[in-house]
Amino acid sequence: MPHRLLRFGLSRKHPEPRMFTRHENLKPAYDVVIIGAGGHGLACAYYLARDHGIRNVAVLERGYLGGGNTGRNTTIIRSNYLTPEGVKFYDESVRLWQDLAVDFDLNLFYSTRGHFTLAHTDSAMRTMRWRAEVNKHFGVRSEAVDAAFVKRAIPMMDMQCAGHAPIVGALFHEPGAIARHDAVAWGYGRGADRRGVEIHQQCEVTGIRTRGGRVEGVDTTRGPIATQRVLCAVAGFTPRLLDMVGLHTPISIHPLQAMVSEPLKPWLDPIIVSGSLHVYVSQTARGELVMGASLDPYELHSTRSTLEFAEGLASHMIDLFPFLGEVKVNRQWAGLADMTPDFAPIMGTTPLEGFFLDAGWGTWGFKATPVCGKTMSHTVATGRNHALIEGFAIDRFEHYRLTGEKGAASVGH
Amino acid sequence: MKILVCPLNGPRPVSEFAYGGEVRPGPDPDTCSDAEWSAHVFNRSGVPAIKYEWWCHLASGFWFIAERDTLRDAVIATHPAEMGRRPLPPRGAP
Repeated sequence: MPHRLLRFGLSRKHPEPRMFTRHENLKPAYDVVIIGAGGHGLACAYYLARDHGIRNVAVLERGYLGGGNTGRNTTIIRSNYLTPEGVKFYDESVRLWQDLAVDFDLNLFYSTRGHFTLAHTDSAMRTMRWRAEVNKHFGVRSEAVDAAFVKRAIPMMDMQCAGHAPIVGALFHEPGAIARHDAVAWGYGRGADRRGVEIHQQCEVTGIRTRGGRVEGVDTTRGPIATQRVLCAVAGFTPRLLDMVGLHTPISIHPLQAMVSEPLKPWLDPIIVSGSLHVYVSQTARGELVMGASLDPYELHSTRSTLEFAEGLASHMIDLFPFLGEVKVNRQWAGLADMTPDFAPIMGTTPLEGFFLDAGWGTWGFKATPVCGKTMSHTVATGRNHALIEGFAIDRFEHYRLTGEKGAASVGH
Repeated sequence: MKILVCPLNGPRPVSEFAYGGEVRPGPDPDTCSDAEWSAHVFNRSGVPAIKYEWWCHLASGFWFIAERDTLRDAVIATHPAEMGRRPLPPRGAP
């Protein structure tokens, strides 16, 4: 072993800086407590410290940083949504993504690929035209393209899909991109950490104390904390947290599985999505194909993987790309998706004063990480919902004002 | 492969079934408030628990009730749909 490495290993104080500061103990009080050190929670902490000067912040994480859906998603970034609320919100996110690597001084491997949502029927093509028009109206680059355009862009795809679902066209979204998901959590985490935010991993929230309709503190496995503002950004654990404060939402938890192939030479540049075949796929910088499909069909709070999922996804992948029959699957995993009935998130203030929610991110949360951090930090700092998230308020269900985003879900769930 | 025991058809692979959500007795639409009604329409008990759920065996179109642990994905028992007519015995945390 080289002498330098040995010295490094034995040294008590590491000669090279760590990514994050390690905090042994919680302070008795913080200005803001953020539950969940995933991309969303850390982004909010980062913008609270950077843009709002609120630095006495603790981010509590029951597992490890970025170990939930931030590290489990298929990293697709796009803004080709269907509702005006959705398009404006995700478009702001795509813009924030562009400068993030410079902000963080960390390579996010942000890679603009172009994003094809394949249409296999005339009715699917109609939805693509609708989405393209809504997108263009808000200045988002999307267009409905014909089969010849798709064929030119992805020559190795079987345009007949083995005969059962011929491709008639697609929605082409030029800014569609992928990024390194762990780096997003690390970048936001390090940025927040350097500005004085404390990140406490392996610290589980066991209760939230309230008095007279407002938040007073948080109980954790490492002791109690006094705070007047709490942000809950815990994805699949949202119902359990909301149970602690007696709030009710339509959120229901379903596992979303994904898998990755062995690495191949680069051959697939764009991101391909097919709602009818329940497939989305992109090739990473390492050459692996990252593949996902639809949600598991029933409620479950477990990240187990199933053979049925791998079998179904593989068979649809082979419909699109028959030559993948020889390629092996390397890994398979799942995340817990917090689904809402209108496929839009639930964000902002809640009937409990000082308790803020960033939830209902189901299968579509990764791309929104920067804009969620921006808008939630504004909401937490001012106590009022940011204009971009007004369509996602918790009381929209009570008033039957849903934000119907199902048509833009990546695959038909 | 996961096996579900249908009260009519016996043990069958789970892919033959459709999930119909939790069995939830609703409020009386004539007497409840607007808030109670919208809460019933939209809100769900999202926490993991042993729950009574509607399931349908698709091939035979047969609906029934399953008691399932939503944390471990274990089906504890299945019952004929008639069980839903009476108040269900309470089930606790998984």
